[in-house]
Amino acid sequence: MSARDWDSHPPYIHEGYKSTALRGPTKPLVPLPHTLSERTGPVYGHECLGPDDADLTLNSRKTGEPLGERIVVSGRVLDGNGKPVPDTLLEIWQANASGRYNHAVDQHDAPLDPNFLGAGRCVTDADGVYRFHTIKPGAYPWGNHPNAWRPNHIHFSLFGPTIASRLVTQMYFPGDPLLALDPIFRGVPEGARDRLVSSLDLGVTEPDFALGYRFDIVLAGRGETPMED
Amino acid sequence: MSSKQTPSQTVGPFFAYGMTPEQYGYDFASIAGATVEGIEDSAAVTVEGHVFDGAGTVIGDAVIEIWQADTEGRYNHPNDQRSSNQAFKGFARWGTGTDPENRFVFRTVKPGPVDSEQAPHINVIVFMRGMPNHAYTRLYFPDEVVANAKDPVLMSIPEERRGTLLAEKIERDGGVVYRFDIHMQGAAETVFFDV
Repeated sequence: MSARDWDSHPPYIHEGYKSTALRGPTKPLVPLPHTLSERTGPVYGHECLGPDDADLTLNSRKTGEPLGERIVVSGRVLDGNGKPVPDTLLEIWQANASGRYNHAVDQHDAPLDPNFLGAGRCVTDADGVYRFHTIKPGAYPWGNHPNAWRPNHIHFSLFGPTIASRLVTQMYFPGDPLLALDPIFRGVPEGARDRLVSSLDLGVTEPDFALGYRFDIVLAGRGETPMED
Repeated sequence: MSSKQTPSQTVGPFFAYGMTPEQYGYDFASIAGATVEGIEDSAAVTVEGHVFDGAGTVIGDAVIEIWQADTEGRYNHPNDQRSSNQAFKGFARWGTGTDPENRFVFRTVKPGPVDSEQAPHINVIVFMRGMPNHAYTRLYFPDEVVANAKDPVLMSIPEERRGTLLAEKIERDGGVVYRFDIHMQGAAETVFFDV
């Protein structure tokens, strides 16, 4: 009945990530048999994209190129049966190369980049493939505990076919020593953590231009087909 | 072939320019705002509320999404074969960080019933810093007493908790406001669903 496989997801409340204590639901979730409400969801396709939305190194230039290591991030979006999810929207946001978000709440003493907003979007093609160009985000400190640092990461938001397939997650980078210390990453059940770590992929890499990282995403749900009634 | 789900992670404190850029003043178009696209002004209502944490503090860095049918109960989605109202998008998204009282405030229409069993409702998805998974809930309407009494989802919930899904109807400035506070924890903890 539930689309979400709870062995794959972090619990709402876990000790290491302090803010969860007062924010996660404490009562058991109520099972919801899927009705038309759960078998439908917002539809946003190619018509919602601006021309440079998938290239974060281009989409907010003011005076020149953003600073940092240019990268490609690409992968496939799949449903629970391993079938590609075509024409679905991905929205991403991230810190700049210095580990600074262009956000009033972010007071980390690292430079903003006037040529980098750090937000982008893309729609998967017929094979469920997406592709972003961006700048590798930097690590940054946060207030969870003394000397806490977030590993490099990119936030992803996906709709998938219905509201039951909705997913917001974070993509990490291979070999990052901060992963072992990060309570947000470590809130994920141990056997599922590596699904959040992208892999360096020379097939995604654009020679003499940008290293490529591959990050495949599997949504909840089975890609239900339209009903006949 | 079966694939293993990608784990969920929090939206974090800096979702604004990714999810709600126009609302927060960024030079980047939003896919959706506070007003459900395609509503008729004559039928428009306001849906608003606060999100409270377990200490009763209003949460100023949550983002709320609503997904709903039109006034005739039709979803704009390929799985709803009746859908002929393509102008009605049925979706809106708003962060709680720009209102002086940290409310979410939507402009939409009251949906019709989507099938013969369920009472009219709006599907609500809650995201915030400090919550590793999103939370699903539903807003039901207090002026649908008969339909609510036979709604199978409402009836599946212990009676003492059903009220957490009922909005409060208020008349304000000649318009209708449905007030729907979301309590993450505590005695009035909102019912959240395993969808």
